[in-house]
Amino acid sequence: MKRQLNIMLCCCAALLSSSVFANDAKIPTAATATQLISEGDSVAPNAVSDDQIAAGGRLYKQRCGGCHSLDRNRIGPRHRGVYGRKAGSVGDFSYSEALQNFDVVWTESTLDKWLENPTAFANGTSMGFRLRKAEERKVVIAYLKSLSDTAESRGKK
Amino acid sequence: MPDITRNPFSRRHLLTGAGRTLSLAAVSLIVGSKMKTASAADVSQDVKILNAAISLEHEGIAAYQIAATSGLLQPAVVEIGVAFQGHHKGHRDLLVKAVETLGGKPSAEKSLDEYAKDLNAASLKNQTDVLRLALGLERGAANAYLGLIPSLGPDFHQVAAQMAGDEAFHAAILANALGEPIPKDALIFG
Repeated sequence: MKRQLNIMLCCCAALLSSSVFANDAKIPTAATATQLISEGDSVAPNAVSDDQIAAGGRLYKQRCGGCHSLDRNRIGPRHRGVYGRKAGSVGDFSYSEALQNFDVVWTESTLDKWLENPTAFANGTSMGFRLRKAEERKVVIAYLKSLSDTAESRGKK
Repeated sequence: MPDITRNPFSRRHLLTGAGRTLSLAAVSLIVGSKMKTASAADVSQDVKILNAAISLEHEGIAAYQIAATSGLLQPAVVEIGVAFQGHHKGHRDLLVKAVETLGGKPSAEKSLDEYAKDLNAASLKNQTDVLRLALGLERGAANAYLGLIPSLGPDFHQVAAQMAGDEAFHAAILANALGEPIPKDALIFG
């Protein structure tokens, strides 16, 4: 078994070269941001760069990907188009009672509270996962928001 | 719902006294932690989160089943996948016992076809694709367990951390098989 494992690992290592770990979430700071909103010299306080959105996408896969996908319901509901959507409103997903009765629209503010501590925000939810760091929540939310303004996402709401 | 008249550890049986506290001694025996007490609301919340974890394990078990029968894997890789699947079955069984002991109904598994659709298994074309899917699921599962620990009652912290450790082990093996470099920074998960 050990010999087989070693052979398998060596073969796969030789075949493949791309890195997922190497893309681990290094979140670009605001200082490196390409502003999405720019009027004159003003800087939007919540400006998010393309780099930060990309980092949010990587972080989403690593932290949320155990239970969620963008386009398929799994442990949790699909996420494409979640920004701006009413909570508990994906028609073909079986929500907890807490989410069925949760009168909230997902915005930056509500998603931030949800991801920080979902059971405190919607007691009785099945989601216990917390995204502790504010900067990580910010880029994940920016990533989800970036996916909610497309024709594809509107078609799947 | 479980037949609480036949379940000595059901919430209704255990919810006694003015403080409506719940003995978790039986659960502690399962998960190997010291006895604590929790409110009914805490227990209900724990059941919901543990059931989500059961769903996660159901999906993991199905993913390895789909992979093992895909015809895309070398025999040695199938053998490793079956071993990992066994770990997930062990997790599932522990979680099911915990939920039942708390008086809850464990979440049911879906059909293999449904999991195949959920995981977009039709897109898998070779062994590398399968390993990448498995790595994503294992990494996500490790992070999921670590991220839900603060939301669970303290009696389940250790077992959730143990399960996160198993998932991280799986992810490390798979990442190595895929030729991933060793992460430079500490705190790789969570």
